[in-house]
Amino acid sequence: MLEIYPGELDVEVIFAKWRKWGANKNYGAFITFVGTVRKEGGIEALSFDLYKPILQQWFDEWQERAKERGAYLCMAHSVGNVPVHTSSYMAAVFSPKRRVALELIDEFVEDFKANAPIWKYDVKNGERIYARDRSQKIEGSGLLDI
Amino acid sequence: MVKVEFLGPIGKEPMQVEAKDLKELAKILKQDSEIAKWLSECAVAVNDKLVKTLDIKLQDGDKVSLLPPVCGG
Repeated sequence: MLEIYPGELDVEVIFAKWRKWGANKNYGAFITFVGTVRKEGGIEALSFDLYKPILQQWFDEWQERAKERGAYLCMAHSVGNVPVHTSSYMAAVFSPKRRVALELIDEFVEDFKANAPIWKYDVKNGERIYARDRSQKIEGSGLLDI
Repeated sequence: MVKVEFLGPIGKEPMQVEAKDLKELAKILKQDSEIAKWLSECAVAVNDKLVKTLDIKLQDGDKVSLLPPVCGG
């Protein structure tokens, strides 16, 4: 399940919803990852844009990989401004046993950083500044630079 | 006509261009200095599918999207 929310995530509500979803499905492991905006570099908030059609495809491909291992993925992400000390990203894995969940949460979150079509901006004095130096080119970038 | 979308921080309005394939589109986009500087950094999607080759014919009504470097979370 992929969920997009405007502004900061309500972590407790999302966590409770996911846990309830998995409660009767005989999963032995449930691992969550929560990304929180740190106060650094004078920012007030981070801000995000995303492109849902390709994000959904990317997520669906991961869900298929998870399914092959008997697991299930959940993800929630913000669009727009997310103030410091609040959360913009949650991911979770349900699996029958712990080992698959531990491996998948690592692989999924790392690939999310590299390939999910989401753009991050620092917010300083109300201005959005693209976080270019922390961003990664998607695999295959530069195709039109001929 | 092909619709070209510039995602995230590129900050350009979508444009309609006449191009029969991605090579021709690349040449057209290079002529705009604001767009040209993004080309080496951007991934490309045709009709919301990421592509890895220039050998793709474009048809009337197709949508091409440029995706600059990403950073979620």
